[in-house]
Amino acid sequence: MRRIFPAALALATVITLAFLVVPIAAIFLRVSPATLVDALGSEVARDALVVTVQTTLIAQLLIILFGTPTAYLLATRRFPGHTLAVTLVELPLVLPPAVAGIGLLATFGRLGLLGSSLSALGIEIAFTKVAVVLAVMFVAGPFYVRTGIAAFGEVDASLTDAARTLGAGPARTFGRIALPLALSGLGAGAALSFARGIGEFGATIMFAGSLQGVTQTLSLAVYEQFDVDFDTALAIGAELVVVSAAVLIVVKLVPSWRLSTSIFPTGSATSASS
Amino acid sequence: MASLDIDLSHGLRDLRLELTLSVGAETVALVGPSGAGKSSVLRAVAGLLQPERGRIAVDGERWLDTAAGVDLPPERRSVGLVFQEYALFPHLTVRANVAFGATSAAVVDDVLARLRIAGLADERPPRLSGGERQRVALARAIAREPRVLLLDEPLSALDAHTRDSVRGELRDLLAALRLPTVLVTHDFEDAAALADRVGVLVDGRLLQLGTASELVAAPADPFVARFTGATLLHGVAEPADGLTRVALDVGGSAWTIDPGSGRVAIAVHPWEVSVSRTAPDDSMVNHIRAPIGSLVTVGNRVRVRVGPLAGEITTGSAERLGLREGDVVVASFKATAARLIPLA
Repeated sequence: MRRIFPAALALATVITLAFLVVPIAAIFLRVSPATLVDALGSEVARDALVVTVQTTLIAQLLIILFGTPTAYLLATRRFPGHTLAVTLVELPLVLPPAVAGIGLLATFGRLGLLGSSLSALGIEIAFTKVAVVLAVMFVAGPFYVRTGIAAFGEVDASLTDAARTLGAGPARTFGRIALPLALSGLGAGAALSFARGIGEFGATIMFAGSLQGVTQTLSLAVYEQFDVDFDTALAIGAELVVVSAAVLIVVKLVPSWRLSTSIFPTGSATSASS
Repeated sequence: MASLDIDLSHGLRDLRLELTLSVGAETVALVGPSGAGKSSVLRAVAGLLQPERGRIAVDGERWLDTAAGVDLPPERRSVGLVFQEYALFPHLTVRANVAFGATSAAVVDDVLARLRIAGLADERPPRLSGGERQRVALARAIAREPRVLLLDEPLSALDAHTRDSVRGELRDLLAALRLPTVLVTHDFEDAAALADRVGVLVDGRLLQLGTASELVAAPADPFVARFTGATLLHGVAEPADGLTRVALDVGGSAWTIDPGSGRVAIAVHPWEVSVSRTAPDDSMVNHIRAPIGSLVTVGNRVRVRVGPLAGEITTGSAERLGLREGDVVVASFKATAARLIPLA
C-alpha cells in the first residue's frame, strides 16, 4: 500500500498532463511550421486578426474605463444591496455564452428592449463590430471587475485613511494610493479578461454573426475554416495558443507589491473598535 | 491658546463611547484595555469615524457639530495622525511619504533633519526598521504642520530596546511642538512618561483624568489602581481610633489613613511593600503572612508575590533574606501607603 499510493498519484498526474498537452501539441505537429506561417498569410486569417485586434482593444479599453471605478466602489463602500451588486457582476462568469448571446440580442437586436428605439434612430448594432465589442465586454468584463474588487480590497484601509488625514481628497487618495497599490492585481485582471475576450465565441456568433472582415474574429475563423481549409484553421489555432500562453506568462510574472508596511504581515492595521 | 474640545457619543460594537475632554497645548494620554474605544476617539477627531452625536472644535473652529450638521471631511481637518502600525505608503520613498501632506518642500527637509531620517530619504518603507518607520510616520504627520496631533499606540509596534530610546525622543518632540496632542496607549508607563495628563478610558467612559502621579496617589476606581500597577485587597471598612480598619476577605485586617466604610478595596503599590521573615513590631504597619507565590528578578529589583500582595525589593535584600518560592514570609506596608477605594 505504501508504494502503491505514490505511484497512483504520479500516474494520475502524468495522464492529466498528457491529456491537456497533447491536443495543444497536435496543432503544431500536424503540419509543418512553414505551412502554418503560409496559412497565416491567407486573407481569412488576416481579416480575422484585424477584427480581433480592433474589437478586443476597444472592448478592453471600455472594460478598464468603466470596470476600474466600479471595482473601487464595490471594494471600498458598503451599502444596502452591496452583495447583490457583486453577485450581479459575477453572474456572467457562470452564464453559458449562448445565454449571453440571446440576452444581448433581446436587448440590442432590431426587436430588442433598446434595439427597437435605436433602430428607429437608424442605429443598428446586431451583426456589426459594435456587437462584437459588446459581446466581448459582457463575457470578459466581469473577470476584470471581479479581480479588481479583490485587488482594491487588499489595499490596507489604514493607508487610504492616512492619505485622507494628510489632506488628500477622495480622488487624490484613489490616484496616489489605492490605484498604484492595486495596479498589479488590476493588471492580472486585465490579462484574464483579455484572454477570455480573445477566446469569446458563443455570444459573438449569436449576436454578431461571423462575417469575414466585419465580425469574424480569430476564434470564429477557426470554426469557419475547419471544414474549408484545415491548415488555415490549424494556423489560426496556433496563433491563439501563442497569444494565450503569452497572457498566462504575463499574469504569472506580474510582481506582487507589498501592500502593507506592517511589521506583523497578517495583522490587520488600525481597527475601529479598539 | 491652542485647544481641542471633544464631546462625543457613539455606539460601538458592544459599548457606548461617551467622552468629554478638553486638551490644551499639552499631551493627554488615553489609556485603558483594548476595545475600550480609545482608537475610536482618535478616528472621530480625524474625521475617519462619524459619531452619532458630538462636537469637536479646535481653537473654537468646529470640525464636527452633529446638532448643526457640521462634519468636515478628514482632508479639511488639520490633524497629524500617527497610525498604530504607521500606515506608511509602501510604494513611495521616505521623502515622498513625508512630502505627501507637507505644507512646503522646505518643511520636508526640515522635518527629515529634525527626526534624523534625512539619510533614509530615498529608501522605501518595507526596508526600514521599526524605529525608523515610527520616525517616518511622525515626520509625515508633523510635515502637515497640523493644529492637533493624534498618536495611536505610537510605541506598541516596537521591541523593548527600541521602545525606551524612542520614548525619550518622542517626549522631547512633543514638548517642543506644544500642540494639543491625544495619545492612545494601553501601557501606563508610556502614558506616564509622555503625557501631561492621563485619562483612563474603560468601556467607553473616562473613569479618571489627572496627572500620572495623581492617579497613583488617589485612584478613583479599582481598575485605575490596577492599571497604575497596584495590587488590590478587598474587604469591609469601619472607622476605628481615628483611622480606618479593613477586615480583609483573605483573613486578618489592615489599617489605612483614608476614611471610609462598607465594601472597599485597598490599593498597594509594589514599591510600598517590604518583605521580611518576621512580623514588624509596629501597629501602624500592616502585614500579611503568606507563602511566596513567585520571585521574578527584573534588573536590580525582585518582584515578590506574597499571597494577594506584590512587592518589589532590591536583589540585595532578597539575597540577604534568602528568599525561595514557597517560603512563608511577612509582607508589610504602612497605613499611609494603603489607598482606600470605595466599592459600589
